[in-house]
Amino acid sequence: MEDEQSFSDICGGRLALQRRYYSPSCREFCLSCPRISLRSLTAVTCTVWLAAYGLFTLCENSMVLSAAIFITLLGLLGYLHFVKIDQETLLIIDSLGIQMTSSYASGKESTTFIEMGKVKDVVINEAIYMQKVIYYLCILLKDPVEPHGVSQVVPLFQSAKPRLDCLIEVYKSCQEILAHQKAPSTSL
Amino acid sequence: MGLVSRGTAAAGLGPARAAVRPRPPDAVPNLISTPPPEGAAPGSSRVPSMVLKAFFPTCCASADSGLLVGRWVPEQSSAVVLAVVHFPFIPIQVKELLAQVQQASRVGVAVLGTWCHRRQEPEESLGHFLEGLGAIFSHEPWLQLCRERGSKFWSCKATHRQVPTCPATSGEDQVMLVFYDQRKVLLSQLHPPAALPDRQAGDATASAVGLAAVFDTVARSEALFRSDWFDEGPVRLSHWQSEGVEASILVELAKWAAGPICLLLTCLLSLVSAASACRICPSGGCCFAAFQAQDRARLHGSLHGFMRPTRMFKLWPLSFVWSKLSTCEQLRHRLEQLTLVFSTQKAKNPTQLMRKANMLVSVLLDVALGLVLLSWLHRKDRIGQLADALIPVADHVAEELQHLLQWLMGAPAGLKMNRALDQVLGRFFLYHIHLWIGYIHLMSPFIECILWHVGLSACLGLTVALSILSDIIALLTFHIYCFYVYGARLYCLKIYGLSSLWRLFRGKKWNVLRQRVDSCSYDLDQLFIGTLLFTILVFLLPTTALYYLVFTLLRLLVVTVQGLIHLLVDLVNSLPLYSLGLRLCRPYRLAAGVKFRVLEHEAGSPLRLLMQINPLSYSRVVHTYRLPSCGCHPKHSWGSLCRKLFFGELIYPWRQRGDKQD
Repeated sequence: MEDEQSFSDICGGRLALQRRYYSPSCREFCLSCPRISLRSLTAVTCTVWLAAYGLFTLCENSMVLSAAIFITLLGLLGYLHFVKIDQETLLIIDSLGIQMTSSYASGKESTTFIEMGKVKDVVINEAIYMQKVIYYLCILLKDPVEPHGVSQVVPLFQSAKPRLDCLIEVYKSCQEILAHQKAPSTSL
Repeated sequence: MGLVSRGTAAAGLGPARAAVRPRPPDAVPNLISTPPPEGAAPGSSRVPSMVLKAFFPTCCASADSGLLVGRWVPEQSSAVVLAVVHFPFIPIQVKELLAQVQQASRVGVAVLGTWCHRRQEPEESLGHFLEGLGAIFSHEPWLQLCRERGSKFWSCKATHRQVPTCPATSGEDQVMLVFYDQRKVLLSQLHPPAALPDRQAGDATASAVGLAAVFDTVARSEALFRSDWFDEGPVRLSHWQSEGVEASILVELAKWAAGPICLLLTCLLSLVSAASACRICPSGGCCFAAFQAQDRARLHGSLHGFMRPTRMFKLWPLSFVWSKLSTCEQLRHRLEQLTLVFSTQKAKNPTQLMRKANMLVSVLLDVALGLVLLSWLHRKDRIGQLADALIPVADHVAEELQHLLQWLMGAPAGLKMNRALDQVLGRFFLYHIHLWIGYIHLMSPFIECILWHVGLSACLGLTVALSILSDIIALLTFHIYCFYVYGARLYCLKIYGLSSLWRLFRGKKWNVLRQRVDSCSYDLDQLFIGTLLFTILVFLLPTTALYYLVFTLLRLLVVTVQGLIHLLVDLVNSLPLYSLGLRLCRPYRLAAGVKFRVLEHEAGSPLRLLMQINPLSYSRVVHTYRLPSCGCHPKHSWGSLCRKLFFGELIYPWRQRGDKQD
């Protein structure tokens, strides 16, 4: 079962949330960030090249121009491969674990998997981010030493930064699946 | 259900229409003697509402029908399938094989269920027959995986024969299929490593938790994967190696030859180190020890003795010089590494093996780069050019220093110096430079020969060549070091004198016993002399301070250049190239974790996932497998460095191993 909804992030940009329910014990949420805009790309390139041309008129060395082109290309490739995240996916599988995948604009994917045994809970937290107070979804990990403690907080959807309405949807689905984990422990 | 099938099998009838079946006569007595005990099936503890996960190897997905063999992990409600046993088989032989594997690998291998791959028309009889097998091999829960011809979606059932305590839960469980690549999981190594299971226990009580248990199970069941289809064994298995055990002739030859070669090289290295230790230490003590020793333990003892110079070196000036040269440090480091690599002891764990491999690759790369450097140096007679350029450069440096001193003796930067002290210090340093230039000119005929021989040492490695360069720089700038020491000592004395006389001026005294400043009543003549000396020292301070400043800056410049060279040497020494290469070419060997992908899914059929290995990132590879370097790092923080500079204490940029900490 698959459906798609449109939300907005904390800056007002448009996000698309795709939900896939594979089975009662496996769900996937895919948040697509806004793509790289042609306007900002053109602006940055023009600035760099104008600066290089200014330097060229000062020192009369054509190496400056080639260097500027080189830097622009490398910078763009580096940005697409290391910085610009296109999609963030959360896959939650009952009794196996939670997996977060970030897909970069160049196609690279970086995945982290947390086993269900280490997950204490999934909660929505508040944070102060620059001049705003934002909400973010995070996974609380169990502390091996102290049974009621939290050893680490892993934030989710860090580059998409959706607003509270989107987070609530994801949170409710996750809690339905995590409820299976908690039920037998309370009954035993 | 169980009783009916048991009865049918016992009668020896079985499904006559089935193409393959086990031979009944031997099976019969076994059946009757081992019925599944009611209500007490082994390994039946499980979390009731956990989804059952079946880890299935991708290599068995196209195998013929048969029995599933693997390990059941009750805490996570997961079944790790290791192999498929094909028809025809005799149950006793299967059980014997499993018992053998269990004993060899300490993994609780058992028959987990049946696997049905229907290639032709569906056969109901096969279905009944497979269910009947559940009576022969009792396991709780009993898995039944089935795959239709031409269909991607499998059907899975897990049944419990034990009557459930809660009547609401049915005897069947939800099953989730997780495919894994057996070869990759077998060869991979998880970081951080899961705790090793207790080998003393009879059965593997795995302290590996979660998915590490799957990796652990597959890695330890190598005994199961040794037989292939071409063996004449009684049981036919399907696993990742069943189509033939792969091996490479070169690898086998290398393994066979490694033993004698390692022994030979270890003896050679011990002789080399014992010989160099003997040459340094003229007192025959260590020679005696080295050549008397017949067994390797004593040779190793002398080797370790060589490593601790403070114990072995008897001749003081030579040992002092030896410990200051970074070339010797580097050679010693390399000798240590080579000894470790070629030691005949096998590596105890994978980390040690990686370390040995990294050291070997590092040494080989070093030698290769050194040979490249050597060929470049000898190509256009660059050594001759270098030798010709060296003397003029040294002369030029000395001349520049002379100009600097003339400038200091005048009115440097408009400051007014104390004439007499200025002249004394300036003449003293000028005379030093004069001696130095004379010494350089004395050496000049031999420079080319020395450089040529030193250039040959580049075949020992690039790091050795760089260390020699660093040492040559240190030797050529020895006069700057001397000037720095003189200036620093003078300044230090002045500062201490000033601070002590300042206390006298205020009527206080430093109490050595209590380590604090106490008041003290001085006599008049003491106060008079003290004040006089204080005034003299204060007025001479700018001159001394200026000389100290200039020579300290020069010294710091030289130290920076040497530091950069050492940084480069450190980089070549400690970079784990073998691990990086492994991460590049065989990323599944270094695993940070796993990742899952959901395969095509349709409603009604169980969920299918593909488990892949998530490789370690490059930065974590470098961080985990970084080789220990010489340890010649500056031990000061910036604050203590500034404090030492202000008070005129001597700075030793790097501590060599074996120096006393003060």
